[in-house]
Amino acid sequence: MAKTLPADSVGLVKPKILQVDQLLKLSSGGVLGKYELIYETYGQLNARKSNAILVCHALSSNHHAAGYHSLEDKKPGWWENFVGPGKPIDTNRFYVVCCNNLGGCSGSTGPSTLNPETGKPYGPDFPIVTVRDWVESHIHLSDALGIDQWAAVIGGSLGGMQVLQWSIDYPERLKHAVIIAAAPKLTAQNIAFNEVARQAIRTDPDFHEGHYYEHNTEPARGLRIARMLGHITYLSDDLMHEKFGRDLREGEISFDFNVEFQVESYLRYQADSFVGRFDANTYLLMTKALDYFDPAKPFGGDLSKALQRAKASFFVVSFTSDWRFAPARSREIVKALHDNDLHVSYAEISVNQGHDAFLMKIPQYVEVFNAYMDRIAGDIR
Amino acid sequence: MTQEQLMRPDYAIIADWIQPKSRVLDLGCGDGTLLSHLAKNKKVSGYGIELDDHNITQCIRSNINVIQSDLDRGLSEFDEDSFDYVVLSLTLQAMHRPDLLLQEMMRVGTEGIVTFPNFGHWRSRFYLGVLGRMPVSRTLPNEWYDTPNIHLCTIRDFEELCYKLGYRILERRAVDHVHKSSLGLRLFPNLLGQIALYRFRRI
Repeated sequence: MAKTLPADSVGLVKPKILQVDQLLKLSSGGVLGKYELIYETYGQLNARKSNAILVCHALSSNHHAAGYHSLEDKKPGWWENFVGPGKPIDTNRFYVVCCNNLGGCSGSTGPSTLNPETGKPYGPDFPIVTVRDWVESHIHLSDALGIDQWAAVIGGSLGGMQVLQWSIDYPERLKHAVIIAAAPKLTAQNIAFNEVARQAIRTDPDFHEGHYYEHNTEPARGLRIARMLGHITYLSDDLMHEKFGRDLREGEISFDFNVEFQVESYLRYQADSFVGRFDANTYLLMTKALDYFDPAKPFGGDLSKALQRAKASFFVVSFTSDWRFAPARSREIVKALHDNDLHVSYAEISVNQGHDAFLMKIPQYVEVFNAYMDRIAGDIR
Repeated sequence: MTQEQLMRPDYAIIADWIQPKSRVLDLGCGDGTLLSHLAKNKKVSGYGIELDDHNITQCIRSNINVIQSDLDRGLSEFDEDSFDYVVLSLTLQAMHRPDLLLQEMMRVGTEGIVTFPNFGHWRSRFYLGVLGRMPVSRTLPNEWYDTPNIHLCTIRDFEELCYKLGYRILERRAVDHVHKSSLGLRLFPNLLGQIALYRFRRI
């Protein structure tokens, strides 16, 4: 329990809700007539509205990037390490916005929201949304906040993919793009992992074809397995070895199927803390958004061509031990950027934390992040 | 920044060779001093490639476009003829395969600019020939066992490699450790030059 909040935190924050009445045409051909986005803001917007930073979240996070919702919160927002006074995304100089993506389960319209037409949760009828659709919804949010041009759009993992899409779809509306631990599209292996996660959820007897809300249940077993699988891919082999090795909880093997190895205990803990806070239909949607992401596709698969229209200055970061979105994937983005003579800097951080490193306070990562954020601050007029 | 303030005098010569508004790729760009000087004084655009973490941070702070990468992996992420100049200053001798990197330079750039410590300098010869020891000097300060400089060469060696690879040398300078040239250096570059500077292109 945090009775007093750390001085370098944005402190207590309250989410806001934006009602959007504009039609949102989705990549799938479907439309959303009305929707809501839940978002948080930290720091002060300056008079020229030129110090705004949009943070895009990854697969399982949400609009709560920093601070605490109450003094009883055990944990702050998911990017507390990087958003706050004196931190790289310094709320003393930037106005930071983060929204829960459409299809999410933290307050923005998604599968667990009531469908106004039926009075029941959307469930599987919620349309599949793509990264492009999210960017469109972010544009609605930008307009509502009166922000014509973001000083930067920043994101890690699936968040980084949104940044890339942003820079292609709305080149005039962001000055800087910070893309961390991302990829220009998923590999077959990435999609394979997502498919196993989806199958785990969809074959759970409690899934009820996605209508589990009406049965007052949820496919908890499937969601747990999906989360455990995800966590394996977020860590590196080295880090797992370092953290758990073959350590046993009880010191000796017991020849049964209870939790024996520390790594099993870790995965089960991660799974337990996920169920109840995350909606299985949203998980399915998010993995689909990942699989479908391929901004180069409309340009004959040529990312350099896709980025011809981009205008932002880019900062790309990867982590050496990230095998989910390996450095080579970030270098593909970097190549497409310098092919177009765009401003780009690229840092490859040597760490063993794997994909999850983008959330962690790693000294060299913090150093380059700070340095680049200073550049962004210097460009604010 | 003015030319006088450039910390490394070889940079002044390189900067002199580079045409305004050209596109430059600086291999092993360090803290970005050369690129930043070229951007300010010659309106040059381009990228630096660097491996060292601290230098990466410095480059970002100096508004340099820097890409963290190991030159020994080559330049495969750059297309043919992307740059007017590819610069490699005092880094050639630290490469695993200098010949391959030179070929990479000439693939992505029109002209190459290379500077390296000349192992043919009389002091090196004295160390080897008279003292029978591996040379240690101001430009090559490391002991043989912990040096990053694993492929040292002389002015003659370098020129022979350029000939073999089919490169035409457009300019050559041999300078002493304060990067001054003199009549002696022009007459006996391989004996008196501590640093060699070359500008070359494909024939």
